[in-house]
Amino acid sequence: MRELLLGNQAIARGAWEAGVTFASGYPGTPSTEIIETLAARFSETNPRWSTNEKVAFEEGMGAAIGGRRVLVTMKHVGLNVAADAFMVFPYSGTNGGFVVVSADDPGMHSSQNEQDNRYLAKMGKVPVLEPSDAQECRDFIIAGFEISEQYQTPVMLRTTTRLAHHKGLVETGARKDVQQKEFVPDPKRFSVPIYRKLRRPIVEDRLRAIQEFAETSPLNFIEKNKGEIGFITSGISYQYVKEIMPEADILRLGITFPLPPNLIRDFCSRYETVYVVEEGEPFIEEYARSLGMSNLVGKDLFGVIGEYSPGRLKQALSGKPIPQPFSEGINLLPRPPMMCIGCGHRTVFSALRQLKVTVSGDIGCYTMGALPPYEAEHTTFCMGASIGIAVGLEHAGHERVVAVIGDSTFIHAGIPPLIDAVYNGSNLTLVILDNSATGMTGAQPNPSSGKDVLGREAPKLDLVKIVQAAGVEHVKVVDTWQRKDIFQALNKAVAYSGPAVVIAQGPCQQLPEMKRRSIIPFYVEEDLCTQCEACFKVWCPAIKRTEKDFPVIVANECTACTVCAQICPTDAICLADPALVN
Amino acid sequence: MEKTYNLLFAGVGGQGSLLIAELTSIAASNSQYDVKQTEVHGVSQRGGSVETHVRFGAKVYSPIVSPGEADVVIALEKLEALRFAHYADQENGVIIVNDYEIIPGSVTDAEKTYPRQAISFLQEKGLQVIPLPASKIAHDLGDGRMANVVMLGALSTMLPFPEESWPKVLQLRLPKRYLEGNLKAFESGRQTVREKQSV
Repeated sequence: MRELLLGNQAIARGAWEAGVTFASGYPGTPSTEIIETLAARFSETNPRWSTNEKVAFEEGMGAAIGGRRVLVTMKHVGLNVAADAFMVFPYSGTNGGFVVVSADDPGMHSSQNEQDNRYLAKMGKVPVLEPSDAQECRDFIIAGFEISEQYQTPVMLRTTTRLAHHKGLVETGARKDVQQKEFVPDPKRFSVPIYRKLRRPIVEDRLRAIQEFAETSPLNFIEKNKGEIGFITSGISYQYVKEIMPEADILRLGITFPLPPNLIRDFCSRYETVYVVEEGEPFIEEYARSLGMSNLVGKDLFGVIGEYSPGRLKQALSGKPIPQPFSEGINLLPRPPMMCIGCGHRTVFSALRQLKVTVSGDIGCYTMGALPPYEAEHTTFCMGASIGIAVGLEHAGHERVVAVIGDSTFIHAGIPPLIDAVYNGSNLTLVILDNSATGMTGAQPNPSSGKDVLGREAPKLDLVKIVQAAGVEHVKVVDTWQRKDIFQALNKAVAYSGPAVVIAQGPCQQLPEMKRRSIIPFYVEEDLCTQCEACFKVWCPAIKRTEKDFPVIVANECTACTVCAQICPTDAICLADPALVN
Repeated sequence: MEKTYNLLFAGVGGQGSLLIAELTSIAASNSQYDVKQTEVHGVSQRGGSVETHVRFGAKVYSPIVSPGEADVVIALEKLEALRFAHYADQENGVIIVNDYEIIPGSVTDAEKTYPRQAISFLQEKGLQVIPLPASKIAHDLGDGRMANVVMLGALSTMLPFPEESWPKVLQLRLPKRYLEGNLKAFESGRQTVREKQSV
């Protein structure tokens, strides 16, 4: 059967076909749709959202050691969180097949850095597969499990944004019934660090064996054409090379660690110049140079920063500029993303702006608090960092610092720094934006949602108890859409001597149940409106301006969050008559 | 089937440009073309600028359309038409624009500085621009949100798929209760663009 699938959906499909019976991950662009697809279509794979990538990885390790085929997914920076486990797993090696997807994000479409995780794999001695299209996303996952079990090694499947988020036609197959392997407890393999020394040579022997396999594996192949010009490429870049250089000879590397020295040497020796085209760092290029190849052109020409595209490569190869946006003689306004209509974060950032505090933010939709109109987020680094940064800023003499973190990020990496802040006597002020969802990646459920990835009831984590158990005495829970309450709670928390936490509660507008609910919208009674402009200061995208400068609320966009009605001094913003609303 | 078609869909997060791009990909696949599509997910969908590329033909490699090579740019909003106009083939490309403005919410003074003359500006550059009142048409049909499907109807007149193949494609992705309205929106888009082109 042929299906039009997203790269990530094809990965999920391949994992299902390969007989996966355990899949874990933490949402992160561009990896999220893998677990989502497993949940929606292939629940036999037992998918789950774990609390963070390290936990996901370790649960996967356990399941694989226990004999199952396991898929673990995360974005590139997620692997940093899981790195502790990732680096040590190859020493014991796996029992059942284990593939971890690392979704790298060149171009930083939705990330805080560009990192090429092939280097992490090299450091961890983990083989890397790089598919080039949606079909190969499915095929390589299946191949990955074969390699994993044959060499008893964890395998990394590296994708990049464009591979993960492009759709193509995929030939699919049936699910394979894979017998669970027996788990034989073996302290010399799975336990006691002192024995790890005995495993160390095994890791090297295994890599050598896989390198030999890579010399002849069909995942690496040469396409001979006119024999005049050679390209070495991997991942989605292969498609770009095919597109713009249809007559070139190509060495396509599907296994990018360990790299096959003979194949590369042999290919390079046939051409005067060999172009190396790979997204991210010069990983293949550096290796080829280390083999003594000096006829290479790579990052010097194509660049190391950002995402590749056929246009960019064409421009680099031909020297001819490609068309640029029309921006001369007209105002090509940017259109950055913004918080949703009715988003509960809006009141918090309005209050933070008004309070003129320094805000250390975290990873989530609320990074948009740094943009106009709020401009009330001053640092953002990585998951859970808001709290540690706030503690450090306070120590460096900055007063009135507020850390802001979402519920999912708090659960992911915010609890240890909160305990630390209390333990070390910090005066931390923390806001937890509790919208019961992992919002930015599409409102996935997490332990504060009361639901799991399959939509089943799950125990709902009590954030208040967690915070209190950490030793915080000043804890205030506020309805996030009550703007005065939010302001007062924040004002008090900032003034409070000792650690203080405000939990701003209200569900994410992207949650299916929020989107489905019937809404009675608000409207503006022009007779009562004095055109004081106060409601425009809510910055709600559903509030537009009429030609006579009155506010008007777009009925089918309004979420009835009530914030504009709270701010109107003349009660001109009213709830529509339910009878008039369809 | 020799030619590879390059399409660029542009809009604002929430307008449904991704949906009509996907419907086009399905239509291409149903007509036995190889097809690839790409867009960026995640945070950009929150009211930001959204672009989706669709390419179809006998064999498609890159999912990305290169600037200057799009046969049609389908823009659901004027500022987004301006942002992606350079993707159109400067000689033979067509830009279909929904004559509709959405002021960027997180840009200071956007209301005053919004480029209202975007369409005439692009026409003066020699580009073939077809403005359509898609939002108005959709609104008159009962739901302004169907502007995307009006635009799809307009686009469909420029694609090599049989007219009768479209209703089946629309059925695949649109909820039943919205189907009838959307079929009307689609037809209306087809009609309007034909009238425009015959002038």
